[in-house]
Amino acid sequence: MLKIKNLHASIEDKEILKGINLEINPGEVHAIMGPNGSGKSTLSSVIAGKEEFEQTQGEILFENTEISEMDPEERAHKGIFLSFQYPVEIPGVSVTNFMRTAINAHRKANGLEDMPANEMLKKIREKSAALEIDRKFLSRSLNAGFSGGEKKRNEIFQMAMLEPKLAILDETDSGLDIDALKIVADGVNKLRSKDNAVLLITHYQRLLNYIVPDVVHVMIDGKIVKSGGKELALELEERGYEWVKAEKAV
Amino acid sequence: MELKEKLVSSFLAFEEEYTGANDDLHKIRNQAIKDFETIGFPSRKEEDYKYTSLKSVLKEDYSLFPKKENAIEYKDIKKYLIHEIDTYDLVFIDGIYSSHLSSTTHDKIDVCLMSSALNKDLYKPLIDNYFNKIAPKNGLNSLNTAFTKEGAFIHIHKNTMADKPIQIINFSTGNESSILVQPRNLIVVDENSHCQIIERHQSLTEQPVLTNSVTEIFADKRAIVDYYKIQNDKLSASLIDNTYIEQKSESFCSVHTFSFGGKLTRNNLNFYQRGERIDSTMKGITIIEGKQHVDHNTLVHHIEPNCESHQDYKGIFDEKSVGVFNGKVVVEKEAQKTNAYQSNNNVLLNDKATINSKPQLEIFADDVKCSHGCTIGQLDEDALFYLQSRGIPRKEASGLLMYAFANNVLESVKIPEIKKRINKLIALKLGVELGFNL
Repeated sequence: MLKIKNLHASIEDKEILKGINLEINPGEVHAIMGPNGSGKSTLSSVIAGKEEFEQTQGEILFENTEISEMDPEERAHKGIFLSFQYPVEIPGVSVTNFMRTAINAHRKANGLEDMPANEMLKKIREKSAALEIDRKFLSRSLNAGFSGGEKKRNEIFQMAMLEPKLAILDETDSGLDIDALKIVADGVNKLRSKDNAVLLITHYQRLLNYIVPDVVHVMIDGKIVKSGGKELALELEERGYEWVKAEKAV
Repeated sequence: MELKEKLVSSFLAFEEEYTGANDDLHKIRNQAIKDFETIGFPSRKEEDYKYTSLKSVLKEDYSLFPKKENAIEYKDIKKYLIHEIDTYDLVFIDGIYSSHLSSTTHDKIDVCLMSSALNKDLYKPLIDNYFNKIAPKNGLNSLNTAFTKEGAFIHIHKNTMADKPIQIINFSTGNESSILVQPRNLIVVDENSHCQIIERHQSLTEQPVLTNSVTEIFADKRAIVDYYKIQNDKLSASLIDNTYIEQKSESFCSVHTFSFGGKLTRNNLNFYQRGERIDSTMKGITIIEGKQHVDHNTLVHHIEPNCESHQDYKGIFDEKSVGVFNGKVVVEKEAQKTNAYQSNNNVLLNDKATINSKPQLEIFADDVKCSHGCTIGQLDEDALFYLQSRGIPRKEASGLLMYAFANNVLESVKIPEIKKRINKLIALKLGVELGFNL
């Protein structure tokens, strides 16, 4: 589904990604772990198409199409979703209206008519109930005055509404208490199927107890230096990243 | 002939037409034309008009006194009124009162005409007390005073709540020629009384229209006045709005100005606080493009202690449009414990758009809280990326962000139908579709 080859990216001439190779197949869950500043969030932003970063080398193939030159919205229309570490507050635009705008933008890009209002409401009710989101929450302004947990839950709600092929979750676990974490993880697990994939970016092993990955990657200094099964996450939790760095140096 | 000379020379004929009972009015008008002759129109040499030149709107050969009344059907102008709710309406066409489009009252409150207030003995004490008392002497005010003839006269008697909002709508048709109109409004709200007013100037012709409007508002003790100005006129129309408000203790006055249309719009808005625990609020949303020009010139004069003022003006400027914000706050030595807030935030969508923002704080008291903030920027790239990553195209995403930026000014609007109307206008202006649950 996603094939990244020798990806280099910089911001203001500072190279952050220094040759990433990554392949994710339909049905798989991958986790990328690594210390602060290793480039994890940059990778997720570059896949989603943030213009601030300049892709200097390499390829990003999504379903065998090169997407490097595409705008973020085109990538979204193809089925890529990024759950933000810091979702942006938009006062005056309700969660419902925002969702409606986003869904209809997707439909328009795929040559479909706007979703009828009753169908939209039904879908919103269904998905919000599954994530234990209060109805009142939906008429509030998007992310404005939301707690950290509410923002993350809202991200997962958007993901559930948009039903992406590839969901990238950037530090979705940070700022969540254990109950919220379970609800969020549950939401992600419900989306999992043999046709779509998840990429988790995280600092901690904690989230991986609830969303079990097929592959765990370790990212250090802009490169993926080690990959393994889910047990690698436990090892990292226990031993930190120093041993991986040492291994790499050898 | 230049407009100034034309006006001065036509004054005599205008003055002779007045046959009303109020002799003082003759004196006031005669003095005013002399003042106008001396002072003239403001020029860019004056600090207050540094960023706004009236030259382009003064060069037209305006017709001053259209004789023929223009017949307008209600169906043609309905869309310009807040017609979803019951209101008192004062409708003027080319400065002349249209009785069949208006609905007035003298039941507990007076919603009627300046011309009748000026001519009837019953209103003489009010006119003597309030007419031309707070409008500062300058070229534009003097010109308006000299040609005072018609406008809205509103008097809310003591302990009365106006039972419905009052709309003052000035239409211009100009009999197919360019026209200068000068409405003169007087609004007196007695102790413990309350009213809501909506004002609009609307051109129905493609010919140039210049409006030089003067409104004086007096809010007595504990009075509440909410004033909404909808400025969404044609691109051939220009407006100089001069509004002056005097407040007594514990009164609350708010003015919301929504500027979307017009060629050139200048808002002179002054608040004079004569009492304690007064609240003065002024808010504005400006969204313009092309070569449009909107200038907000505000003054709050804090004279006595324990008062507040709140200013929040937002602007979005596209293409070659020009915005001006000049907000002056004066806190007198006696006005301790004043809280004065001012903020002016702007988004420039184009390299060629301009905003001149100038806060002026003159504080002579030592125990006060005064803040002012001004921002000029582009849209936040992170926020745009967030919306784009949800599949919303960049252009639409920009629209949504601008909508969000301007929208919070509407929170203090107390008439839901106005909020809806303005929301729609903003969404339309910005190309945003917001559908249900607005």
